[in-house]
Amino acid sequence: MSIWDYANPKKFMDTTTPAIPWIFGGAALCLVLGLVWGFFLTPEADKFGSSVKIIYVHVPSAMMAINAWVMMLVTSLVWLIRRHHVSALAAKAAAPVGLTMTLIALWTGAVWGQPMWGTWWAWDPRLTSFLILGLFYLGYIALWEAIADPDQAADLTSVLCLVGSVFAILSRYAVNFWNQGLHQGATLSLDAEENISDVYWLPLLVCIVGFILLFLALVLMRTGTEIRVRRLRALERQAQRAVA
Amino acid sequence: MIPDLGRYATEVLSAYGVTVLLLAAVTGQSWRRYRRLKAQMDDAERSRRDG
Amino acid sequence: MTALLHRDLRLSIRAGGGFGLSLAFFLIVVVLVPFAVGPESEILARIGPGILWVAALLATLLSLDRQFALDHEDGALPLIATSPLPLEAVALAKAVAHWLTTGLPLTLAAAPLGVLLNLEGTAYGWLVLTLALGTPALSVIGTFGAALTVGLRRGGLLLSLLVLPLYVPTLIFGAEAARRGAEGMDATTPLLMLAGITAGSLALLPFAAGAVLRINLR
Repeated sequence: MSIWDYANPKKFMDTTTPAIPWIFGGAALCLVLGLVWGFFLTPEADKFGSSVKIIYVHVPSAMMAINAWVMMLVTSLVWLIRRHHVSALAAKAAAPVGLTMTLIALWTGAVWGQPMWGTWWAWDPRLTSFLILGLFYLGYIALWEAIADPDQAADLTSVLCLVGSVFAILSRYAVNFWNQGLHQGATLSLDAEENISDVYWLPLLVCIVGFILLFLALVLMRTGTEIRVRRLRALERQAQRAVA
Repeated sequence: MIPDLGRYATEVLSAYGVTVLLLAAVTGQSWRRYRRLKAQMDDAERSRRDG
Repeated sequence: MTALLHRDLRLSIRAGGGFGLSLAFFLIVVVLVPFAVGPESEILARIGPGILWVAALLATLLSLDRQFALDHEDGALPLIATSPLPLEAVALAKAVAHWLTTGLPLTLAAAPLGVLLNLEGTAYGWLVLTLALGTPALSVIGTFGAALTVGLRRGGLLLSLLVLPLYVPTLIFGAEAARRGAEGMDATTPLLMLAGITAGSLALLPFAAGAVLRINLR
């Protein structure tokens, strides 16, 4: 029993299909708990007033926007090296979810930036990097849509994901160098001293878990859909051959 | 009961609103497509079995 | 490889090859900017290096899609692929040809066009230097993008969407070095980063482009 057993589409479907409702349930539970906790039960912060409540949607979505890309990078590599179709399809399935997370992070950042910095948008390194990340997602999705042959599409998008990752990291350093920016540093580093206080940290943690579970459920579900699309196409081709 | 959000009410509410909206949109879209493909797949399997 | 290079150069210089086209585009974009932002020479001098960089980038982008598309249409690409030359070398040759017909003329044209934007005396040297360092990276990255979209209908639009985000680091460091140089600040760091991006792209991206070409020709 190894993780590669799940590269078999049937095994993958058999394992994930019953798990999806549970993961969705867990995601819903965490999200409702975390967001309600954060929205109704946390105090206002000194400098931020009630706008601090935005953190419960802003930080998790921003984290998942990056994690989704990392996951796509890993699955793309697995596809290129081991040629497991499920892996390539998982990368395809994750991209729109990642794009959604990027949009949420940008929007919540904008409405948070408006009262705090007095502007919707600043050419701050973090903001700019996210915009560029969003563009990468768009290009990646567009390339998948544009190519008819599924294996060729998987190959090309995987290479794009690899090259894109290198340039995304380069862009991150480039914009850092280019402008110093308004965004505060990492809030969730592991050094306890820098961390925000527990009152905010605990509900935020619940929200983060909720976002992770939701992402997981969505990706598993969308991967299942993609596997079915592929299988249907194969069945159709078989039927055509039988007729001819 | 919405807590008193002071002068940031619009910002906080729109941040939550848009987040829930977008998450619901991507979930709904994934779900609908999943159901459709599952139905098609079941049809295809059945017609194949029945000959 | 030299034969392929010669062939590509000849093809692009001949009529319809688009050799003059990107230069003309460059010229027009630079001429249009003062109409849009107004004729004050201080503003133009300040944004001049950035404008010239963006214009050069767009002009490079304009000529990318014909790089493999023409060979693909007339069936020459599979022939080139079956030659003993590895596809990585083909991609490199294509990139070099593209730079010689686009990047180099753009670099040379940038200085005279700078006059139109009232650049200061020190800015010219920096502009030409950064463009000379940066445009090879633009050509190689673009070749990768062109290889990625070679067989696609409506590939041109998709090509822009794919390549433009990849151009971001080059643009930032290039324009930043030109700006700092023009304002008399220390421009060593962005200049070195720009050179690093160019060297790295030249060394690695032909392999990615070759791999992608192989997939597309399968």
